[in-house]
Amino acid sequence: MATIAAPVRNAVSTVRTPGLWTPAYSLWRRELVRFYRQKARVVGVIASPLLFWVVLGSGFANTFRTHGAAGADDSHYLSFFFPGAIVMIVLFTAIFSMMSLIQDRNEGFLLSVLAAPISRSSIVLGKVLGGATLAAIQGWIFLVFSPLAGVHADVGGILYSLLVIALTSFSLTALGFIIAWPMDSTQAFHAVINLILIPLWLMSGALFPVSGASGWLRWLMLLNPLTYGVDALRNGLFPAQPTTFSPEVNLAVTLGFCAVVFLGSWAVVNRRTNKPAA
Amino acid sequence: MPTAETMHRAAPGANEPASVPARSAASPISLDQVSHDYGTRLALDHLSFDVRPAEIFGLLGPNGSGKTTLFRILSTLMVPTGGHAYISGYDVATHPTQARQQTGIVFQASSLDVKLTVAENLMHQGHLYGLSGRELQTRSKEVLARVGLSDRAGDLAETLSGGQKRRVELAKGLIHSPSVLLLDEPSTGLDPGARIDLWHYLRLLRDEQGVTVLVTTHLMEEAEHCDRLAFLNTGRLVALGSPAELKAQIGGDIVQFDTASPEAAQQLAAALEQRFRVTPVIVENAVRVEREQGHRFLTEVVEAFPGAVEGVSVAKPSLEDVFIQRTGHRFWMDDPAATKPAKERH
Repeated sequence: MATIAAPVRNAVSTVRTPGLWTPAYSLWRRELVRFYRQKARVVGVIASPLLFWVVLGSGFANTFRTHGAAGADDSHYLSFFFPGAIVMIVLFTAIFSMMSLIQDRNEGFLLSVLAAPISRSSIVLGKVLGGATLAAIQGWIFLVFSPLAGVHADVGGILYSLLVIALTSFSLTALGFIIAWPMDSTQAFHAVINLILIPLWLMSGALFPVSGASGWLRWLMLLNPLTYGVDALRNGLFPAQPTTFSPEVNLAVTLGFCAVVFLGSWAVVNRRTNKPAA
Repeated sequence: MPTAETMHRAAPGANEPASVPARSAASPISLDQVSHDYGTRLALDHLSFDVRPAEIFGLLGPNGSGKTTLFRILSTLMVPTGGHAYISGYDVATHPTQARQQTGIVFQASSLDVKLTVAENLMHQGHLYGLSGRELQTRSKEVLARVGLSDRAGDLAETLSGGQKRRVELAKGLIHSPSVLLLDEPSTGLDPGARIDLWHYLRLLRDEQGVTVLVTTHLMEEAEHCDRLAFLNTGRLVALGSPAELKAQIGGDIVQFDTASPEAAQQLAAALEQRFRVTPVIVENAVRVEREQGHRFLTEVVEAFPGAVEGVSVAKPSLEDVFIQRTGHRFWMDDPAATKPAKERH
């Protein structure tokens, strides 16, 4: 932490350049503290994907059986849907934590952060890592239900899944950051959620496999970076089942997605113009 | 559209030299031909003035006068489209990081995180200004004691009253011992007792620590507390000086004659000008004249023009009179929708 030579009249003035990490750590910590102080958020984010998983999964499983998938038992679709449910929980948490960015902007909290002598990169790091940590923890917790989903994974598979969940959390939070940064209303953010983020999940192989789609839908799914995250979780959790892509391809695309969206969020936050910053 | 030059200025802190020669080191805040054009509207029009060390400087103007724009520029949240603004010699457009280190800012909107405790809010702010560990703990306790809220350190910010929140905002702004403190409409939403407290703290800072304080306000009675004032109107500087100096520039008393209509006011003004060699100002239905010995003048006028005058008043000049004299209109006339101070006190 370097002290800068500056004209200081005030003898007690503490003139410092904070590094990149102290402010980022502070913002990260704030995200976590805020989260666990709002109990409804904690409950909602755990309970709703569980509900989705059980209700949707059971419903679809029965539908598929009536339509003649002979021999397929109830738990088969629940297993198929399990990685998708994990990605959904991650997506929900990422969305909710980035909605707080809009709230910060409207309440004035963000103003005091923007006017501080910190690098804007600290803001992205703190905020995105904060949201990603929450999302990843939720995703990891959801793995507790894996025995119910008939997961037969070895230690390597579990570790691989933990890593994929972390990376997906990070990229979805960063994506949420890019969308939320220029916005000043949560209503507009909701529109974007419905228009972009939910379809991103729907077409990620979470509900139906890529092999089941054809034509334009198949192409959209192949272009969707989230498809590779969901597929990677299948690699890790159900190593015995055949997946669309190899674990290496899935991990590479997931990492690439992380890098692209993080650079994107870094770029939006570093613009400084003649327009009001907040 | 940001121009190439703006983009260059917009570059983040990385390529700033670590130390730059300070310009006019004597002035904590210095404006040199600062202009800001929002594209459709010129919000600041070549504004130049210097704020002296350790004074409480008021930026007074009606809504839309440009004071919020200037506040954004000084707090480095916006780059001006023309001219230069300096904080302790650092150009806020090209050396925002250094300018920020010198500056404590209290925004009009609450910047507290209400889900954090008072102490956590201060710790967070300290981290943003490069403080940490025991030093930050000590500093946090000091500023909290200064604003008289030591006993609330562990309480969530949402449990505080409006006045207490504003005091925590002030503590936040002071955590890094800045030499310049900027406050945007600090009294908004405060009851009279909390306002008195706030001004008490600002004077303490000025007197004990030599902090230079810049306050924006649209309240005349608040402006009276300032050591010096700048009046802004439609982005231009219309007056600069201490409240006493500004009022002294108006000779004697302010005599106001109310008439039946703006036309009647016109006629009366013309007649007064001819007969008494004065320069009257017409404000809606009223004619205002500055004059020594206002009472005597009043009687002369009423006798000379019986029937033309419906009501009269004589007063020592106020800051509002200064504003009317310099701009030819009332403080609130530009924006009738603006919240007037009288209505603001619930």
